[in-house]
Amino acid sequence: MALRSTGLRRSFGALAAVDGVDLAVAPGARHALIGPNGAGKSTLFKLVTGTMRADAGTVELGDRDVTGLSEVARCRLGMSQTMQHASLFGSMTATETVALAVQRHDGSRITPWPRRQRAVRERAEELLAGVGLAGRGSTPVPSLSHGERKQLEVAVALACKPSLLLLDEPAAGMSAAERARLVEVLAELPADITLLIVEHDLDLVFSVADAVTVLHLGRVLLSGTPDEVRASEDVREAYLGAKRREELFLG
Amino acid sequence: MTAVQTRIPVADAPAEPNRLRRGLPRIVAVAVVLVLAAAPLFLAPFATTTLTRIVVFALFAVSLDLLVGITGLPSLGHAAYFGAGAYAAGWVSINVTAEAPVPLLVGAATGAVAAALTGWITVRTGGVFFLMLTLAIGETVQQLANTWEDATGGANGLTGVPSVRLAGEPLVNAGYLYWYVLAIGVVGFALVWLVARSPWGAALRGIRDNEPRMRALGYPTAVYKYAVFVLAGSVAGVAGSLLVAQQRLVTPADLSFLTSSFALLAVVIGGAGSLWGACLGAAVVVLVRETLGASLDGHGPLVLGLVFVLVVYLLPRGAAGLRWPRRDKGRST
Repeated sequence: MALRSTGLRRSFGALAAVDGVDLAVAPGARHALIGPNGAGKSTLFKLVTGTMRADAGTVELGDRDVTGLSEVARCRLGMSQTMQHASLFGSMTATETVALAVQRHDGSRITPWPRRQRAVRERAEELLAGVGLAGRGSTPVPSLSHGERKQLEVAVALACKPSLLLLDEPAAGMSAAERARLVEVLAELPADITLLIVEHDLDLVFSVADAVTVLHLGRVLLSGTPDEVRASEDVREAYLGAKRREELFLG
Repeated sequence: MTAVQTRIPVADAPAEPNRLRRGLPRIVAVAVVLVLAAAPLFLAPFATTTLTRIVVFALFAVSLDLLVGITGLPSLGHAAYFGAGAYAAGWVSINVTAEAPVPLLVGAATGAVAAALTGWITVRTGGVFFLMLTLAIGETVQQLANTWEDATGGANGLTGVPSVRLAGEPLVNAGYLYWYVLAIGVVGFALVWLVARSPWGAALRGIRDNEPRMRALGYPTAVYKYAVFVLAGSVAGVAGSLLVAQQRLVTPADLSFLTSSFALLAVVIGGAGSLWGACLGAAVVVLVRETLGASLDGHGPLVLGLVFVLVVYLLPRGAAGLRWPRRDKGRST
């Protein structure tokens, strides 16, 4: 498994946001994590990346137990993430932003004296082109549109040379055109990168994912193929909050 | 033929102003250093001494700007390392030797060690907690300077510091002393400037902009912050050794909260993150405090307060935020 969590648990006071989640993501999978608001998706995401400590349970990356490792160490082991709020670095251009990630992961020395980083810059521009931001490299990050910043997030995450790429609501706040572009970018990612996508937009999930885990009230409701999830009554209930479909339309 | 001839200047035209624009800062920097170096030849000794104090304070402000402007760590107690360097350099000048590189190196080492001892706890915090912790450390170090009379002379300060000696010759002449201070100041400034432009400096700016994102990119940000804290302490220590070389006296006031806040004021006036701006701000602070303050019956701080309010209102990005009006508005560099 590329990523496996066992009995992952995290509470905030009396609320068990993540309540014993077992998750298994196969190598090379396009795995989506969905669920209604408050299902614990974001918390689970943070437990996996190491931003937040779990109260109980383990996280394994490949065959390595990373439960005790910081998010910095997990990143060094090939776990990379995009963030929901693409704030990035307000004083930098797009290229500088990606270069910052590249220089950390391409083995170049981060010296405290100036040096030419031609390879780093070229790699950064290549990554920008890969997510559809060719020619936007010298634009300051605050001048990029929301959608472009999300694309930049993906470029930055890919610069970390991930084996596992975690995307936290990559389509949030995107226009339809930007969404379509994102689906394209995700489809073009190398097959050896495993994807775990936390997403609200089910259309996007069903067009990208080959495996889906549905979270509800901190627990796994269902794990299966997109078709199984689409057909499931339980999932419909969780999302619509009604026992039967008819009950919703009694009016 | 004429068509070919007219095309060449058209193609070259945009490159020329660009090259000029890129070369201009370098030319200005060299010119400023030359003018500063030539200053004692034209100035009265008193003015030279004021200029010496400006250079000392500028290096101190630059070291603080490395924390505040580049890394986003607003310290209220940076004078602790400035003062520690000054006391150590003064003590070694009195008790061991005042021969040139020794007080300087002792000042640098003391500033670095003091920052290393206190930094490991401060860099784990951020925002207001960082402010309060650095303030507390600054106050503690000042108390230490006040009470440890055997080493620091207590409230009277460390007096009777001999002149710095260069190759056996004491630098008594205000002009020679100025050149010594200027040389070290320029080297210190260049060092910080190089660090700020390095790949490591880029990581520091990343931490300032968005520390959680930097951690997610695999940067151990606490290590970076600790290292820059120690470096800034060391440069402040060097500035402290220059201070004692100039005034030949160190008092607890030199590492007080007031000194820290004046340095912070210099950074803000200049525009946080701009190293030359910090130097400019330091010049304003020293001139207002010492020159204008004397003629205003000691009300220099009042004027500084007004300057601060005006800068915050009129130049939110400090002097470095000023831009000459340009024809091609598309470029922002």
